[in-house]
Amino acid sequence: MSVYRITTNKLRTTRILSVKTETTTVKTFTFKDRQCAKAKPGQFLMLWIPSVDEIPLSILDAKNELVSVVVKKVGEATRALHKKKVSELIGVRGPFGNSFTMKEGRILMVSGGTGTAPILFLAKKLASRATRLVFVIGAKTRDELLFVNESKRLFGKGKMHVIVTTEDGSYGVKGLATTPLQSLLAKERFDTVYTCGPELMMLKVFDLAEKYGIALEASFERLMRCAIGLCGSCVIGKYRVCRDGPVFTTEHLREITNEFGISKRDFNGRKIPIK
Amino acid sequence: MKTNRLCVNLAGLNLANPTMLASGILGLSADSFSNIVTGGAGAIVTKSVGLKPRKGYPNPTIVQTRCGLINAMGLPNPGVEGFVKEIREAKSLSVPVIVSVYGFSAKEYATVAKKAVDAGADAVELNVSCPHVRETGSEIGQNPEILAEVVREVKATVEIPVFVKLSPNVTKIAEIAETAARAGADVLTAVNTVRAMVIDVETAIPILSNRIGGLSGPAIKSIAVRSVYEIYEKVELPIIGSGGITNWRDAVEFLLAGATAIQIGTALAQKGPNVFRAITRGMNAYLRRKGFKSVNEIVGLSHHN
Repeated sequence: MSVYRITTNKLRTTRILSVKTETTTVKTFTFKDRQCAKAKPGQFLMLWIPSVDEIPLSILDAKNELVSVVVKKVGEATRALHKKKVSELIGVRGPFGNSFTMKEGRILMVSGGTGTAPILFLAKKLASRATRLVFVIGAKTRDELLFVNESKRLFGKGKMHVIVTTEDGSYGVKGLATTPLQSLLAKERFDTVYTCGPELMMLKVFDLAEKYGIALEASFERLMRCAIGLCGSCVIGKYRVCRDGPVFTTEHLREITNEFGISKRDFNGRKIPIK
Repeated sequence: MKTNRLCVNLAGLNLANPTMLASGILGLSADSFSNIVTGGAGAIVTKSVGLKPRKGYPNPTIVQTRCGLINAMGLPNPGVEGFVKEIREAKSLSVPVIVSVYGFSAKEYATVAKKAVDAGADAVELNVSCPHVRETGSEIGQNPEILAEVVREVKATVEIPVFVKLSPNVTKIAEIAETAARAGADVLTAVNTVRAMVIDVETAIPILSNRIGGLSGPAIKSIAVRSVYEIYEKVELPIIGSGGITNWRDAVEFLLAGATAIQIGTALAQKGPNVFRAITRGMNAYLRRKGFKSVNEIVGLSHHN
């Protein structure tokens, strides 16, 4: 188990350096933070919107002291963040949690919604060592797709391939991100699957990976408060998503099948179903 | 660790070693308790539960400081009825399960305590010291009359040991401890967190959504040791020391001040669940090196020097 030096991970304020509109509901924020700029793919940070809230966000990119996070407007905190402009102050702590394992060989990546952010970060780091890389990006509609152009530019040639799916068929393959997997896995062997996105999507990916005997790593989202493994808000089975996760492997996931894709804990700690 | 040297008794509860999980830390699921017990804890105290479910405060609910943490979670919990299943499951772990309870009246404390007993709690710990929720916690524990009323009401309602967790945010903690003892408390836990806050200087905004929270961790250890020392001089009851314990030396210091057992919370962030075993081993080595046959021999030892 990793050990945090609490004293060196205090909240610090920093100014937003750039805001990029990705879709009508998603923006990418970039800011300077030395510690989070050392984050590995899969790690997350806690972002403070002063006087509003503090929320966990997975990291899209981290280099040269700069960090980018992808934020979808879903509630009060993210709405407040979307209103922020360049040079406004936010607070940051992190990076927290474990990270994806850097595997080699034949890699399959499956992402949905803003789950594409950490997977894209991982893909950039893994591309050079993969002998094959297939990246499946899913969204409900064409308007909600994230990072398709960038992914196609980076991973659209040679041994690499990008498959895009939309539920309404407005772009790419019609269906869920998992739709193309069945035929893909039937004709091609992969060594590792990485996934991040809606939990029911990840559950389907997990079931397929189990069926084809492929090692899987999935990145989870849960309600977070302390982010340092103390408060218990994010527990899934015996694991804390903030500390033992957010990335869980096949072995972990087999131990939490009674919660994976089934239930999560709400603000008062009760288990509620995942829809 | 199986050695009689470390066994302690708290009002009839037998602990294989004096280390306990402090309330509020990872305390809402039986699976988490299992990790803590695997890590070597001699007993566990749950997160505080009340009569009704409570969401707690919005984030930020925690701020990391130089020597500790300040939290104002706001007592999030599923309510005692939503917690019964977790208590029942925790009972299979073969260590005493102490359920921390809070209420907004003496009656409410008693009702929650009764439900915890029905679910199988081995003891209850009254949270009369949470520093960041109004009309409960330290607002009760800082007022001797209300504190006595709460303790008496719970004692009249349940037959298991009643622990009372005291606030350090009082002028004379030993007097409050005496009040709790006279009202029937079986064990005193000292101390809860110290009222504290952090203001971000760039935005001039207090970071915690509740503005004020409770400081825990190494920053408060010496305050907690002094509190235990003062209580030991005035009260005959067993004391559980709590506040900033990170290693075996800290734990021994609390015992020398007068604690029979100790609770660990914040140190879990740095050291993980194995902190219990590490501390127990260190204490055992200390006792052996000093020639003590039982950990009980060092409880309060500093008072004789």
